[in-house]
Amino acid sequence: MNEPVLNGIALTEKDRRDPLLRPGNSNCGGCGMSNLMQMFRRAAADHELKMVVPACCAAVTGGTFPQSAFGIPTIMSTFASAASVASGLAAVAQLNGEGTRIVCLAGDGGTYDIGMGTLSAAAERNEDILYICYDNEIYGNTGGQRSSATPAGAATTSTPSGKREIKKDILGIMAAHRIPYAASISLAHGDDTLRKLQYALDTRGFRFLHVLSPCPTGWKSEPAMGIELVRLAVRSGLFPVFEIFDGERYVINVEPDFSAEALMMYLSLQRRFRNTGVTEESLQPNIERYWNYLRLMSGRIVPARRDV
Amino acid sequence: MSVELFSANHAAALAATFAGRANRTARGFCSGVYPITPSTECMEYLCGQKIEKGRVIRVDSEHNAMGVCIGASAAGARSFTTTSSNGLAYMVENCAAAAGYRLPIVMSIANRTLGPPWNIWADHGDSLLLRDLGWLQFYSADNQEVFDTVLCAFRLAEDPRVLMPALCCMDGFILSHTMAQVEIPTQDQVDRFLPSTEVPQRLDKTAHTLGQMELPYQSAAHRAQHHRAMRGAREVYAEVQDAFEEIFGRRPADPLVAYRAEDAETLIVSMGTLGVTAERVVDLLREQGQAVGSVRVRMFRPLPDADLRKLFAGKKRVAVLDRDVSLGFGGVLWGEVRGFADPAAIVQSYMIGVAGGDVRPEHMLDLLAELEQSHEAGAPRIVEVA
Ligand code: SF4
Repeated sequence: MNEPVLNGIALTEKDRRDPLLRPGNSNCGGCGMSNLMQMFRRAAADHELKMVVPACCAAVTGGTFPQSAFGIPTIMSTFASAASVASGLAAVAQLNGEGTRIVCLAGDGGTYDIGMGTLSAAAERNEDILYICYDNEIYGNTGGQRSSATPAGAATTSTPSGKREIKKDILGIMAAHRIPYAASISLAHGDDTLRKLQYALDTRGFRFLHVLSPCPTGWKSEPAMGIELVRLAVRSGLFPVFEIFDGERYVINVEPDFSAEALMMYLSLQRRFRNTGVTEESLQPNIERYWNYLRLMSGRIVPARRDV
Repeated sequence: MSVELFSANHAAALAATFAGRANRTARGFCSGVYPITPSTECMEYLCGQKIEKGRVIRVDSEHNAMGVCIGASAAGARSFTTTSSNGLAYMVENCAAAAGYRLPIVMSIANRTLGPPWNIWADHGDSLLLRDLGWLQFYSADNQEVFDTVLCAFRLAEDPRVLMPALCCMDGFILSHTMAQVEIPTQDQVDRFLPSTEVPQRLDKTAHTLGQMELPYQSAAHRAQHHRAMRGAREVYAEVQDAFEEIFGRRPADPLVAYRAEDAETLIVSMGTLGVTAERVVDLLREQGQAVGSVRVRMFRPLPDADLRKLFAGKKRVAVLDRDVSLGFGGVLWGEVRGFADPAAIVQSYMIGVAGGDVRPEHMLDLLAELEQSHEAGAPRIVEVA
């Protein structure tokens, strides 16, 4: 286990003065998106930002008119069109020679499902957008139904006995677009998170960040356990932390120890995996297959078994 | 000012190009476009134009064409797009959003029947989907009117008293693909007519949030503001006409185009190119001594209700011709205007040219002959044309 040490994470005077997510927001306690926004505040210290939020939990986060909990100019788009609204904003910023970074903050539904066509098209056009998907693996805003980001074995209100299909490989899809930068983010690895957010802000063209976002409401977990759950998901290899440059150069950032115990802890600390028949053993083959693929792509370790 | 041959699709795109260039000293021009017959020519033409501070984004769907326009307009740029039929139906969610944000986006529609069954010919049923969304709506009868309407729509939509998106409709193929002479102004004239866009709610540096959640009373208040602005747009349009006349030397058409209607006993009411045929029919019947007139509703939203009421006063018979069907009800325009007639008048709904049928003068003459014989209005009737 070579998990980076969480040092230097406390706020410093170099941080952005105003938080991106102000007090008074309506997020549930322990929401991973709140953590992400706090990290983003640090990363975006010097950047001028404009944000697009499609229908998702974050569309409610800001609270009601005329107050807003978002500390940056923000537009709430329709569910499927975040990346296109951002394209318009980015184009006008470019026409006017502004360095403003246009950021999409979208849940997994607006990214993996209804917004997939829009996202793919904006990536194909290599629009100057930073697209962040906070993935709570569920439609949180409508009360917790399956999405194509929901992992196999997770119970949702629309798959009460557990979803059967495996989670869509979003980073693989984004890599296939050959975008300049795509990465997964573990909120349990603070400095890696910060580095990636900063790198994504400084890069131009289409950038995609995938954040595993604990959702106590949907995961049926303790709010205080969110970051620990992410750590367990990373340790067990369930959530690989890596980045992809130009769609082809893969870099693995955290080497898991593939601990069966971590995986067992991950499952047992959430009620969404209870009574759905999912076990550590049933998850192992998929984890192994995906890691073989990742090692192959990153060129770090060529697996002895060439079954991918 | 020069006169050139243009299809209505190209006329709309050229007007949008002029409007886009006119905003170069402000925040420029940006549009999302996606092809669909019969509006495709319009987006193609736009894609071929050079706008010094402009970008046309070829997106993946109509939904996102409007998405890009929303983003661009929210950033303070001038924005335009075009579509037809199912493309518009696919876009409707974002059309509602554009109106909700009160963004002055202008859209040209080449009217086409909604499918399936697939049918590419003219029917107003597509643009009427936007009837209640808070978009200004114009229906044109010739290519010059299409060109002028797009320019006027930008000025009207961007007026701080109005601030809402605008729809410029033309009958698919009948106008969209027909070449006709169009008077083209100079860029300098358009610059004077369309000064820099100021979208007051644009996303700038202040941390405000556009389109966020509201409580019922807040949304109701915003609806009321929008409603008032829409009702007031009729008067603002008169100012737009004055300004247009001053700069271009001719007056764009009124919201209602009345033809020999003053002394008429029977009135034909219609929208789009049906109105042109109706005027020919009026001439024919006047020669036979019949007191018939025509009213073409050019501005459908806001509906010029006071003017309609005035025009309808004293009329005995009104034939409302719709190139659409509100299924199970009757013509949409008929539903809108019948209340303006005198209580004793016979107001008959005829749905004609539905799904693109070729409406000729003889069809209108037949139904008027029928109307002259009737003593009361019958059920709304779909008139079949070959
Ligand atoms: S439902 Fe989940 S994602 Fe949504 S605000 Fe609550 S914790 Fe966050």
